Amino acid sequence: MTRIDVGSVLRVSANLPYANLLTRSTGAAVRRCIEAEIASVGAEDVVTLDFTHIGMMDYSCADEVVAKLLLDLARRGARPSSLVFHGITDAHLEAIEDVLLHHGLALVVHFADGAARLVGAVSDDERVIWQLVHTRGSTHVDDLAREIEREASELTLVLEALLNRRLLRRDGPTFAPIGAVS
Amino acid sequence: MTAVITVPSSLDDLSFELVLEQLAAQPVDAKVIVDARHCTFASPYGLTALLTLAQTRSERPTFLPPEDQDKVTYWARAGFFRHAEELYDVQGTVPRPRTTRESDVLLELTPVVKSDDVHTVVERIKDKATHILTNRLHLISRATMGFTMALSEACQNIVEHAGRGGWVMVQVYQYRKRLGGRLAVVIAVCDAGVGFRRSLESSPRRPLTDRWDDGFALETAVVNGVSRYSDAGRGQGLKGIRGYVHRWDGKLSVRSGTARIALVPPWDDDVPRRDNLAPFAGAQLQITIPEKSAA
Repeated sequence: MTRIDVGSVLRVSANLPYANLLTRSTGAAVRRCIEAEIASVGAEDVVTLDFTHIGMMDYSCADEVVAKLLLDLARRGARPSSLVFHGITDAHLEAIEDVLLHHGLALVVHFADGAARLVGAVSDDERVIWQLVHTRGSTHVDDLAREIEREASELTLVLEALLNRRLLRRDGPTFAPIGAVS
Repeated sequence: MTAVITVPSSLDDLSFELVLEQLAAQPVDAKVIVDARHCTFASPYGLTALLTLAQTRSERPTFLPPEDQDKVTYWARAGFFRHAEELYDVQGTVPRPRTTRESDVLLELTPVVKSDDVHTVVERIKDKATHILTNRLHLISRATMGFTMALSEACQNIVEHAGRGGWVMVQVYQYRKRLGGRLAVVIAVCDAGVGFRRSLESSPRRPLTDRWDDGFALETAVVNGVSRYSDAGRGQGLKGIRGYVHRWDGKLSVRSGTARIALVPPWDDDVPRRDNLAPFAGAQLQITIPEKSAA
């Protein structure tokens, strides 16, 4: 697990003396620093972007920091295996949800109180299955199929789609939630 | 020959059209006197637009301040004369306010030229706006966050598209006539830059149509979220503002060139689109968020 403190990236790496993620140019500078840090992590690593020390975020900045980062990772099929957003509050969520929906993206958000949520463009079915895996922990598709009385082949398609979007991870033969920050 | 442009007694986004109609008859290099002596009310839009008006003139205009001392003190407290003195020959003596802390001016007239200014504006207003929106307008915390985001995006439009600096002002009002005495917070952001039509014309994303004019350009950008940049994520700022305004029963109006469009809530009787207005450079945006209704 690699943790990147976005507040520290903003103020130290990008050298911008702000408390909030505002404006497209600020977002682009922060994203470039995050991309540089991510480039050095292992392929199976889970990267947690920690927004605890970020005051608020506007739409333009969310588009740069959140959407473009996810789009770039998806396009390159690149490491890390998963990206989790931690320390999210109402001050960040509105902009994040808007840009994710705009681009058809989704991500796993861990709120400051520890609760996890799937945010962005996912179907109702994907959301329900993700929630089940998140609640159960590492889950074999056959066990899940038995529990909710669905065809395993049908469930596998949904789980693979969540895996491909880095919203779940593989844990041997099982599908697992991506980890909370330690 | 010097032309006198009379400022109406009540100056807001709609009555500012009377100023522009008078101005339209004057060549850009004509000497004008902007006469606000009998003006008794000016909204944030009125004050920011008066500053941008001076930016559009090649000959430095003269400005006659309101005669009413209370009004002129308010204009000074809003920071009007501090900026007007750089753009106009301001006649007479105007007061020098020391602070705006106890007034309903949430953010006095503040220039927006570069990205840093957007951060400054938000930092200055955030805590006070949260307090007023929560305690006086009775809005939930998510609304106060959205307000600051909308302010940030509105200011960024100047930085990203106008090609020259503009101004922003934020104030709380009691709307006696239209909102039955409820309060409302008003953001005005005005610039005298290239405007929506010319901004989109610089891009291949401009729709190809015979109907292309300022009104169409405004609809393209504000309603359809099209930006001059080809990047798929562009245009979300105005879309976000629109969504925020709609969610909180607010009003958004944007004027550019010879047209104006508005997202009109049920409590207002404005029209969604006006065309063939007197020409005015740049873009002028106003956001109004009302106090939560008791009902």
